[in-house]
Amino acid sequence: MNINGVQIDATFAEAFPMRATRVIITAQNLKWAYHAAQAMTGFATSVIACGCEAGIERELDPSETPDGRPGISALIFAMGGKSLAKQVETRAGQCVLTSPTSALFAGIHEGEKIPLGKNLRFFGDGFQISKRANGKRYWRVPVMDGEFLCEDTTAMVKAVGGGNFLVLAESQPQALAACEAAIEAMRKIPNVIMPFPGGVVRSGSKVGSKYKALSASTNDAFCPTLKGQTKTDLSPEIESVMEIVIDGLTDEDIKKAMRVGIEAACSLGAENGIRRISAGNYGGKLGPFLFHLQEIMA
Amino acid sequence: MTALTFTLKAELKQRVDVSPLTPDRLADKPAGEIGAELLQYGNRQVRADELFSIEGQDSDRLVFRGSRKLDYVGRGMSRGEIRVEGDAGSYLGMQLKGGRIVVDGSVDAYAACEMKNGEILIRGDAGDFLGACLPGNKKGMAGGVVIVKGSAGDRVGDHLRRGAILIEGDAGSYLGSRMTAGTIAVLGTVGDHLGYAMNRGTVLLARKPASLPSTFNDCGTHTLGFIPLLLRGYQGLETRFSEMSDTLKRVRRYAGDMCALGKGEILVAVR
Repeated sequence: MNINGVQIDATFAEAFPMRATRVIITAQNLKWAYHAAQAMTGFATSVIACGCEAGIERELDPSETPDGRPGISALIFAMGGKSLAKQVETRAGQCVLTSPTSALFAGIHEGEKIPLGKNLRFFGDGFQISKRANGKRYWRVPVMDGEFLCEDTTAMVKAVGGGNFLVLAESQPQALAACEAAIEAMRKIPNVIMPFPGGVVRSGSKVGSKYKALSASTNDAFCPTLKGQTKTDLSPEIESVMEIVIDGLTDEDIKKAMRVGIEAACSLGAENGIRRISAGNYGGKLGPFLFHLQEIMA
Repeated sequence: MTALTFTLKAELKQRVDVSPLTPDRLADKPAGEIGAELLQYGNRQVRADELFSIEGQDSDRLVFRGSRKLDYVGRGMSRGEIRVEGDAGSYLGMQLKGGRIVVDGSVDAYAACEMKNGEILIRGDAGDFLGACLPGNKKGMAGGVVIVKGSAGDRVGDHLRRGAILIEGDAGSYLGSRMTAGTIAVLGTVGDHLGYAMNRGTVLLARKPASLPSTFNDCGTHTLGFIPLLLRGYQGLETRFSEMSDTLKRVRRYAGDMCALGKGEILVAVR
């Protein structure tokens, strides 16, 4: 398959099951909602060492938020329910509770409940107040700038993590430009996040390592500087490879995001040095969800 | 199907307990059995069809052509709707678990007392002890929403535990007395001894009261984000409070009653 001179490899991306929730962060204005949301979703690129993968899904108009203020919706993914609950609570407490004018609400209501403000309320030292509205419980926690308003729980759903594709280009700037175009298009798709910095990862990994202590290591087959040193997957003209990793609430969401992302990357075409689109195929070792690139782009 | 309608055949001489006439208890009953339901009328029991002419079939929707002597309308019901055309007596919606009661006129004391859930809309006035508990009990209304388009009497929300009482007219004395939690909101004036012995909960007033008990302490003026959230929650209900989510945010907060637990609050709207 070839789109605009860009070869689409006959391969697939492998993804694995995760647990996820959505939270809504509001504030006096979008600037402060972003501060809280960026803090909450910071250091959350990969479950390998961050404990969760998180990202901003989109901006919310005041008409879309529970308290009628500007807001941000963020998605948080973890490998299991317990770890997700721990990450959500820790990040809510350290990043949103602390952020001026913020309020925190559940963005998913159907599913198994995990605490949001349920335990954070104790920060109120007995002055916290419970309120019920619309059948949901909220906590008003007195803080120095007024009150921190937080929904009691959010709901956790089954989700998919690790959808991906690789952009292979003739130079590093060209690879990055294609990835930036892809991310811009993918950010319009609901229910997905691209958790790496700017949505792009340059250190794609393979499963395993020569060092026994490591479960993952550099994907040497796609490292351009190792073309003559390892069993490479790169042709001579490829000088840079970048990856976009996608976590989504369903595999359909990931497919949609991959499709628009690959389309956007390919729109730059071979004349801009974009040569191939491939994917992190680990021979079925990584997870049960397989996203065949050519099927998605058909 | 038309609503199952109970029309009084003659003016009542005694009070009548209509608690057996609810959608739960009349479900799937043939007309004959509904007419044979025994109602307490003064000091004796009479068949429902002795007092009422009964028309219609839909037992999920009941209509009473009302009287001030109809007590216990919708007591303990969990689903369906009861509409009272005219007034109703005492204990309307007592221990209501779900469903909706609409009264076109006014009601007497103890409406919504010990109510658990559901919705009560009173287009006229409500008597004393709205949303309270029965005398001697400690647990008042514990959920649901009560809307009074007119005014309410004394002791509204006595021992209130959860839920909301929204009064668009005035409220009498001892509003929110001994409240454990929940919300009472009033657009009009309120009487003396506001929040007497209040432990927790919120009384939201659109107008500054004539006086506040000395056992409530001024906490200053604040813009509280939960108020629009709370008021938006009433959208879809027939209440003016749902339209105030953009205007009613800034309040003066008084905490008390310091003679009790002291974790309640009276919020007075600031224009």
